[in-house]
Amino acid sequence: MESGRYFGDGLTYLDPSDLKGKLIAIEGTDGVGRSTHIEMIQEWLEVQGYGVVTTGWTRSSLMSKTIEVAKQGNILDRWSFSLLYATDFADRLEHQIIPALRSGFIVLADRYIYTAFARDFVRSGDRAWIRNVFGFALVPDLVCYLRIDVDTLALRVIETKGMNFWESGMDLKLGTDLYDSFKKYQALLIEEFDKMAEEFHFEVVDARKPPEEIQEALRAKIQPMLKNGRQPEAAGATVAETPIPSAGS
Amino acid sequence: MTPLPLTFDQPHPFPGKLIIVEGIDGSGKSTQLLLLQKWLEAKGFNVFFTEWNSSELVRDTTRRGKKSKALTPTTFSLLHATDFASRLYHNILPPLKAGMLVLADRYVYTAFARDAVRGVSPAWVRKLYNFAIRPDMAFYFKVPIEIAIDRLLKGTRAQLKYYEAGMDLGLSQDLTESFRIFQSRILAEYDKIVDEYGMITMDATKDIEVQQNQMRQVVSEALENYKPKRGTHGKRTLFWRRFNVPRSE
Repeated sequence: MESGRYFGDGLTYLDPSDLKGKLIAIEGTDGVGRSTHIEMIQEWLEVQGYGVVTTGWTRSSLMSKTIEVAKQGNILDRWSFSLLYATDFADRLEHQIIPALRSGFIVLADRYIYTAFARDFVRSGDRAWIRNVFGFALVPDLVCYLRIDVDTLALRVIETKGMNFWESGMDLKLGTDLYDSFKKYQALLIEEFDKMAEEFHFEVVDARKPPEEIQEALRAKIQPMLKNGRQPEAAGATVAETPIPSAGS
Repeated sequence: MTPLPLTFDQPHPFPGKLIIVEGIDGSGKSTQLLLLQKWLEAKGFNVFFTEWNSSELVRDTTRRGKKSKALTPTTFSLLHATDFASRLYHNILPPLKAGMLVLADRYVYTAFARDAVRGVSPAWVRKLYNFAIRPDMAFYFKVPIEIAIDRLLKGTRAQLKYYEAGMDLGLSQDLTESFRIFQSRILAEYDKIVDEYGMITMDATKDIEVQQNQMRQVVSEALENYKPKRGTHGKRTLFWRRFNVPRSE
């Protein structure tokens, strides 16, 4: 990120301009296959010689336990819900993501702030507050959005790991059972993701396709970024001087 | 789904009253609030007490983070905001809606002052806490730094604490000196906040009973039109006891 910048009011005590690595976020709703594809992308990048660090939602050392406890029935309000995730994100940003970027790693983020935006919006109908809260986040170099329709998603989730309480948004009491609630909740999330895809210029990848085609599509989105003056093979190529392509689709 | 129309920049619509105290450690604010509580309870009011950083959900995390010294200015700030959100939802809103008096030892202004000194963007913290309820009365106990240190070192708390002394900022190797520098900066922030939010400034160098008399006068004027809601247990002193939360800091 040659021109690292913050989403809003940033970390005033951390200058983001000297971050050498690349930050790639993979977004998409629950059960869409993000983690599987991130593993494959990591492998692919490492084979090419890039250092890769992955980071995932709720995986911070500070917050992961707290969030587990909270999910067992101790959070009821929208603010605590979103702030727990914001704290987790901040911890990972400062302890994992920024140090890795500073050392020139490619950081693959399994979910990013947009997940928090969608979830908070679905619970509150308000977009302003949560976006202000995440003002300290770095704007990623690339956001790949694994897009799926809710019917396909429902089938896939039932076939694999099954539906759970939170992924069904049961706290919102949208439906009488897990299945109805899942579909309504995920439909709302997908609708908001779709809106953000335009607003924030996500690279949209059709997640209904077979895994190998999705992986192919993801690699095609990531490849151009890599040649941007950093990869030894590309050093002499004409693309060396070109700026990062804008992420618009 | 429906957003709460409450924001910090407008008065709350609830029948209860929210009275808060602010000031640096050693300003005597907690003593004053306790005395005010005794007086209000003796007058037969329903009083509910809550203090900064005390929610069950986040307390352990904050303690753990502090112990391992892993907190950054931003995670420190977000954890306290999460704590506040949880207390607002569980401890502050219900009694306010029920028409009770809520007394808060420290409020969002503590975050505005401390987090700014730690280097977090002042604008960001204010937006972060935009979901807070505006207090009906906010007292600021103003005290010179030397008197605060003197009280803390001679008082029951013979030792200054790591984060309270701002040791994470590396201001000085010496705990007392670090406390002096850190809290002096907080005092300067409070001075700005007092004007910004029209807080009632109390001269915290005066004798305890003099301050308390003054505080009671201000409060009784403000409560002139307040109609306390009396439950069936209204006159039983035992009932009030249940709300005496053990005081830590």
